[in-house]
Amino acid sequence: MMRLPAFEYLVPETLDEAVVMLADHPSAVVVGGGTDLFPNMKRRQVSPATVIALGAIEGLRGIEIDDDGAVMIGALTSLRDLAASPDVPVALASAAAEVASPQIRNVATVGGNLCVDTRCEYINMTESWRLASGFCLKADGDVCWVAPKGEECVAVSSSDLAPVVVALDAEVGLVGPDVSRTLAASDLYRSDGIDYLGKSEDEIVATLTVPPRPGWRTTYRKLRRRGSIDFPILGVAAAVQVSDDGIVEDARLVLGAIASAPIRARDAEEAVVGSRLGPEVVARAARLAAEPVRPYDNVDLGSRYRKWMAPVFVARALEDLR
Amino acid sequence: MMGHAVVGRPGPRVDAAEQVTGRTTYAGDITLPGMLVGGLLQSSQAHARILRIDTAAAETLPGVRAVITGADLPIPYGILPVSQDEHALAVDKVRYVGEPVAGVAAVDAETAEQALALIDIEYEPLDVVTSIDEALASGTRIHGEVEGDNVHRRAALEFGDVESGFEAAHAVRENVYFFRGSNHAALEQHAAVASAGHDGRLTLWSSTQVPHYVHRTLEKVLEIPAGRIRVIATPVGGGFGGKTDPFSHEIVAAKLAMVTGRPVKIVLSREQVFYAHRGRHPVLMWVKTGFDPEGRITAMHFRSFLDGGAYGSYGAASLLYTGALQTTTYRIPNYKFEGVRVFTNKPPCGPKRGHGTPQPRFALECQLDEAAADLGLDPVTIRRRNLVEPFSMTVNHLRITSCGLAECLDRVVEASGFFAKHGTLPEGKGIGLAVGAYLSGAGLPIYWNDMPQSEVEIKVDRGGGVTVFSMAADVGQGSTSVLAMIVAEVLGLDTADITMVTADTDLTPVDLGSYSSRVTFMAGNAAKEAAEGIRDRVAAAVADELGLPEDGVAAAGGRVGAEADGEKTLSWADAVRAAIARGGPLIASGSYRAPDLAGPYRGAGVGISPAYSYSVAVVEVDCDAETGEVKVTKVWLAHDIGRALNPLLVEGQIEGGVYMALGEALMEEQAYRGALHKGPSLLGYKTPTFLEMPPVESILVETNDPEGPFGAKEVGQGPLLPVVPAVANAVHDALGIRADEVPITPDRVVKALREASRGGNGRIGPEGVPKFDFGRLTRVKIPEGFS
Amino acid sequence: MTNGTITLTVNGEAHRLASADHRTLLESLREDLGLTGTKHGCELGECGACTVLVDGLAVLSCLTLAVQVQGAEVTTVEGLADGAVLHPLQQAFAELGAAQCGYCTPGMLVTAAALLERNPRPAIDEIRQALAGNLCRCTGYIKILDAVSLAARRAR
Repeated sequence: MMRLPAFEYLVPETLDEAVVMLADHPSAVVVGGGTDLFPNMKRRQVSPATVIALGAIEGLRGIEIDDDGAVMIGALTSLRDLAASPDVPVALASAAAEVASPQIRNVATVGGNLCVDTRCEYINMTESWRLASGFCLKADGDVCWVAPKGEECVAVSSSDLAPVVVALDAEVGLVGPDVSRTLAASDLYRSDGIDYLGKSEDEIVATLTVPPRPGWRTTYRKLRRRGSIDFPILGVAAAVQVSDDGIVEDARLVLGAIASAPIRARDAEEAVVGSRLGPEVVARAARLAAEPVRPYDNVDLGSRYRKWMAPVFVARALEDLR
Repeated sequence: MMGHAVVGRPGPRVDAAEQVTGRTTYAGDITLPGMLVGGLLQSSQAHARILRIDTAAAETLPGVRAVITGADLPIPYGILPVSQDEHALAVDKVRYVGEPVAGVAAVDAETAEQALALIDIEYEPLDVVTSIDEALASGTRIHGEVEGDNVHRRAALEFGDVESGFEAAHAVRENVYFFRGSNHAALEQHAAVASAGHDGRLTLWSSTQVPHYVHRTLEKVLEIPAGRIRVIATPVGGGFGGKTDPFSHEIVAAKLAMVTGRPVKIVLSREQVFYAHRGRHPVLMWVKTGFDPEGRITAMHFRSFLDGGAYGSYGAASLLYTGALQTTTYRIPNYKFEGVRVFTNKPPCGPKRGHGTPQPRFALECQLDEAAADLGLDPVTIRRRNLVEPFSMTVNHLRITSCGLAECLDRVVEASGFFAKHGTLPEGKGIGLAVGAYLSGAGLPIYWNDMPQSEVEIKVDRGGGVTVFSMAADVGQGSTSVLAMIVAEVLGLDTADITMVTADTDLTPVDLGSYSSRVTFMAGNAAKEAAEGIRDRVAAAVADELGLPEDGVAAAGGRVGAEADGEKTLSWADAVRAAIARGGPLIASGSYRAPDLAGPYRGAGVGISPAYSYSVAVVEVDCDAETGEVKVTKVWLAHDIGRALNPLLVEGQIEGGVYMALGEALMEEQAYRGALHKGPSLLGYKTPTFLEMPPVESILVETNDPEGPFGAKEVGQGPLLPVVPAVANAVHDALGIRADEVPITPDRVVKALREASRGGNGRIGPEGVPKFDFGRLTRVKIPEGFS
Repeated sequence: MTNGTITLTVNGEAHRLASADHRTLLESLREDLGLTGTKHGCELGECGACTVLVDGLAVLSCLTLAVQVQGAEVTTVEGLADGAVLHPLQQAFAELGAAQCGYCTPGMLVTAAALLERNPRPAIDEIRQALAGNLCRCTGYIKILDAVSLAARRAR
């Protein structure tokens, strides 16, 4: 049986305590549901000396709507609860409902999925496999086998929620040792397979806030091989504000699982604003959204096919919103 | 014929209650006092000379009890006598990434893991061979020290005269196909526990389909007399052919137990299961077939190229199987088979459900659909015009007995509404059909001997309790239940009255194992004969006791006596006591050995069977032309089972076979990047989930085979065969593209559709096959009786 | 909190165990408590074989620390039957041949038990969705689907 490496296990009761623990332990990580961290640890991709479990912290679980209509989601809310919530935008609930498997959604958390580690067919492997391959940039090695000439890790952002929260202009609440702050979801992600989060290592994602969006329609389209278990190998989040007479007034289109960070397709957004979502507009937006996409052959079904699928999935997402 | 009380009725498995309560003890569940945890060090090299292995640091790690290497297990072995090319731990060379190089036994798993990491190996890398083309070219040899090609085996056989058959043909078609390899991915990882006493006796519990062959291998490699080795096959958590070889971890666990004097357990990691492999061979195929104007086959020339991986395993047989069963469904008057199996630096391939026959069946059934279109025929008519006759000989000397192929075809066509749908469904939807046949047990044992292939013993105690002893290993197919049912039927008892002792080389008489779909037919016949021996003794005693004529005594409903007269009967227990009083211990045995069926040529031992099962599948698909997704919406599967001893279990095998076929048709692939497995995990290796599985309509056709027990034939493997090509044929109906390669993945579908839209041929598949000299052709006389 | 004694409540029985914090619930159940009914097929959360219930919720014991579930009620396949009386799901699985090799069966059973607990009348598609994280290689899932449906019908 694959086993976890030994670690010190800490269970803070408050967020402040957790932040202090994180600061005091140099090689520490926080864990929510553990469904991403523990497999990575079993494969020895990471072997943190300290694991800080956030599960006992009060008040980080649940979904509330404030007076302005913003939806506040605690980082420890399970994906199962998020998927079942009538209070969150459709795209967010459906993205949560499509993560992994029912058992994983029962324990995996919103914060965990937002911060899910980037993935690559050269890294999500056992230590013995990686030894045979010669290890890689992201762990224990000094070369990227996917793009050997490059300097950067091209592991893929594999969060289903990430493109959705960017499309929803959501914010995450971060708690750090000195200050608490909010960060636009779009700034939570960096296009670097290793250093893929735009928060500092001593900050903990505590909340996700989705601003009120009366009149917006949202959707999420996921590409994967099977109807369950699999990570996204392309995810398209779309949100549009449509006037009463069917004209798109504002739009967000974000592609996930196609690069190291979600990609916002601004040209495509501009292409739909001011128009109806008719076939020609959708096709043009799909083309524009997909054009800059440069997937690598490092997750299931490779690069060319995912490049081909980008316009198809963008178009289908926009058609959902018609 | 009398009605049957047990046979033919659906009923649960005899071990169902244990299974659903979590009490079934698989090998990995076993814990023995003082047991150590064993582990295997995997080669990090695909092809390399081992210059040095330093185990000193591992040996001195506290908690480590033993470290062994290839030097400790120098005797080679292999499942086939002609391929004794494996070592439990690599000797001198490693030939694939993941090959076991060293074994450790330690007080716990973490210590074993640490010890493995401390073993230092110096390798000298050698050229790596990863494809059929590379293997056929001259280069570094994987086996043997000299330069040369990496051909493992070749075969060239001709029956009749294919050239004259092609000359006489109205139309001749040539196609190439590629069936990518796959793993069994049984949910239970292989596991073994060994215990060696200081009395020189060794016991091995293992998740194996073949305790008898493991027994023989341990005897050879460990140099212990067979009489001091006991092999117990634990309930197998899924086999599908993947637990049909003797494996490194079994031998290493045994050796470590002997060295340490303590029990040792080794459970393979999921990754190691993909390296132990023995899965479906990737096979590249070229098929040339001639047809007369009515679509009747005039000749077929079939070439196959098998990528065997690094060792022989069953490969010599796998190679011949790719050429053997083409003739069992269609009458082929002139047939030529040429094949080659090569070694590559990848985990060894072996037998998986259908062993060597799903690949050629895929090719043949796809080509027939194309030929039908050429000739203006429909897929059903072309097949009907070529079907073999029941009780006939094939051109390659296979004896056909019962054959329900025509009825399977008719019934599945009718149930699916094939004619109304084929070619008429809306764009993206399609329907496809294909047929298949499989052995009810290989006609010959794996090693030459003239002993029975199955033996069964029955002992009845004074309380009437019936215990059946058989070495057949239940791998989930329900063989233990079927044997219990057969005995219960003969003795007029309930299945629940029968105690089964199985798969234990100390306690049970030999059955060769659960492979080649042989247990129901062979062990079933042996069990029936043994039960009849018991029944005859009991009947004689009852006749004597009650003053009845011996032929007027029957056993039914738990009583034995006058058939028509309830007054003149004894309870089963009283009847048994009467028999013991008259004749002593109530024991009987039965055995089965297949008739001598081999034709007059080398290689004729592969493909013969006492009976063939037949299956016809119709598959309906709904394809997304934009994403390339192929969704199977319904499968109809008609199967000639001979006789369904337990229709519930038969249906379960059909559904499972259909499922596995859909996996292979659409997603399952043991894929590599160079010599590195692309995803040795259950996430990387895609198998269908609940959501990919369509409804299956099973249609049982009963032909009452004259030699099968109560007329029964196999069902474990046959139903898989037609489903894969039926999917490809349905995809063609839906999208107009030929998938001459499986799995039919969405990226390949989209690529083909894009090519088609640009005026290309819109086809998934290989361009051609390599030029190769298959060696001296053996011309075989057409059998007498072939017409 | 590290590497001390933990108390696990499994199938209604409390067990005190010395346990390292990095031990998974799967390891503790199988290796410390001898509850080998819970299986492992990948140990990475990819197959569902190790599913158990934690306070009624189906979770993967291979990705759950034993120390995490102190104070919770863990149910394994061994805890489904009521004494000698099988759980309706167990009865239906046995009758309909929903177990072939039986290795995925414990995980299927407890996952299905959690489903029926919260949704006694699941539609066919709800059953398929609920069990979509449990791989089976033998049955093609068909008899499993039939068995869960039958158990649900009988429970009404």
